[in-house]
Amino acid sequence: MSDIKNENKPFEPRIVAFFCNWCTYTAADLAGTARMTYAPNARVVRIMCSGRLDPQFVLTALREGADGVLIGGCHPGDCHYMEGNYKTYRRFVLLRRLLETMGIEKERVRMEWIAASEGDRVQKVMNEMAGDLRRLGPLHLEPEAIDLHAALHGEIKPMIQEVAR
Amino acid sequence: MSKPKVGFYWCAACGGCEESVVDLAAGILDVVNAVDIVFWPVALDFKREDVEKMQDNEMAVCFINGAIRSSEQGEMVALLRKKAGLVIAFGSCSHLGGIPGLANLYNKEQVMKTAYKDTVTTVNESNTYPVESYKAPEGNLTLPSLWNTVKTLDQVIDVDYYIPGCPPPSSLLADAVNTILQGKLPAKGSVLAPDTALCHECPRKASKPEKVAIKEFKRPHEIIIDEEKCLLSQGLLCLGSATRSGCGWVCINGNMPCTGCMGPISRVHDHGTKALSAIASLTASNDEAEIAAILDKIVDPAGTFFRYSLPASLLHRKYEAPKEGGK
Ligand code: SF4
Ligand code: SF4
Ligand code: FES
Repeated sequence: MSDIKNENKPFEPRIVAFFCNWCTYTAADLAGTARMTYAPNARVVRIMCSGRLDPQFVLTALREGADGVLIGGCHPGDCHYMEGNYKTYRRFVLLRRLLETMGIEKERVRMEWIAASEGDRVQKVMNEMAGDLRRLGPLHLEPEAIDLHAALHGEIKPMIQEVAR
Repeated sequence: MSKPKVGFYWCAACGGCEESVVDLAAGILDVVNAVDIVFWPVALDFKREDVEKMQDNEMAVCFINGAIRSSEQGEMVALLRKKAGLVIAFGSCSHLGGIPGLANLYNKEQVMKTAYKDTVTTVNESNTYPVESYKAPEGNLTLPSLWNTVKTLDQVIDVDYYIPGCPPPSSLLADAVNTILQGKLPAKGSVLAPDTALCHECPRKASKPEKVAIKEFKRPHEIIIDEEKCLLSQGLLCLGSATRSGCGWVCINGNMPCTGCMGPISRVHDHGTKALSAIASLTASNDEAEIAAILDKIVDPAGTFFRYSLPASLLHRKYEAPKEGGK
């Protein structure tokens, strides 16, 4: 995901979108064939149902360099697997509260119900989200491992330096 | 043949892990007979110089408990890594960050202010804070520095194996020592505990419904807890479905829900997020407002689901957006 991370260009957010195959993914496709233009910031991952979305995917995307994550599922009552979208919604509600505690702005993780016919809604949501993220700026999560060498300023030193004479 | 040399060390920890070594009770004599303990500051009088004098890899194995959050701890574990053939992260703090890892919900300034100023029992009218360097008439005095972020052991040095738990069950330590002595170690990076979820053989499993649906989450002090029934089905936040077994269900047998100290099974990457996901999806409602109201009863999602694993989680710490005009 380094292609748009060019230091000299103005910041363009990277969005990872998890779209349900039966609704939002089809809608995004429709938006494409209908030549509706929308912000090109998203990498779309197709999942068979929004219920497949493990919240670990959302955090992994943020960890790996996404500035925001968009989740798209079928409208309430329309999930092909009955309850998948409700399950995801329940997880999303608690995840959103966790993210708030963790200092991640709420605009960075968004969930939308978008039916297969709603190409215009994909266009609108994508544009809005790209705008929100442009305003927030990039997400710089602290790297996983520590640079021990740097943390210790070089060589292993005595804990308390001897009193200089 | 000389006995293999073993070391124990502690970093940011409460001392419970050391207790679980002592809890080997008579078993510790078997360990002492089989190995030569060459470093164990909490119990025996060894100093840092004793470690510095060792050859590289001189210790067969060093057990390190505690999270890493200061330059002193960083130095010590780097030194122990050089001197030990195997490094084992011992206990939740070293494995996943543990309770001290909850400091990652704050930054260093907030932690210092709480400890040296804000707690009710602290009187500090002159606003005195510890400094890392002080020019005394005799010369410059320095102290180790506290890091802004609490780290797991494997975020700081290379770790060979993990023994989970808060504190780890002594039986896992005894098993690990035996496994090492017999040279039957599993693949590097393994957690030396069973790889099944705690629910799997829970004594209350029979009373866990096929489909748990929770209308109201409860906290242990709010109800009279049934001593036989699955705790989760009583609305308590029992993390058994996302947590590794190996503890002997001590909390469940004490009629308390599992708070997740053994960490995740190997298929799970982020224990807290997985537990959050598993529990949230059991909310018994399909109505957006009602779902939010039910889940509001979980007052502290970060402290509940990441009680032992915040530093090891995908986010590691509270995010602080760079200041305007910064990078
Ligand atoms: S949820 Fe808790 S009490 Fe219920 S079966 Fe699992 S570990 Fe046992
Ligand atoms: S029941 Fe859960 S919290 Fe209690 S010791 Fe076992 S793993 Fe740890
Ligand atoms: S099939 Fe679209 S959300 Fe389940």
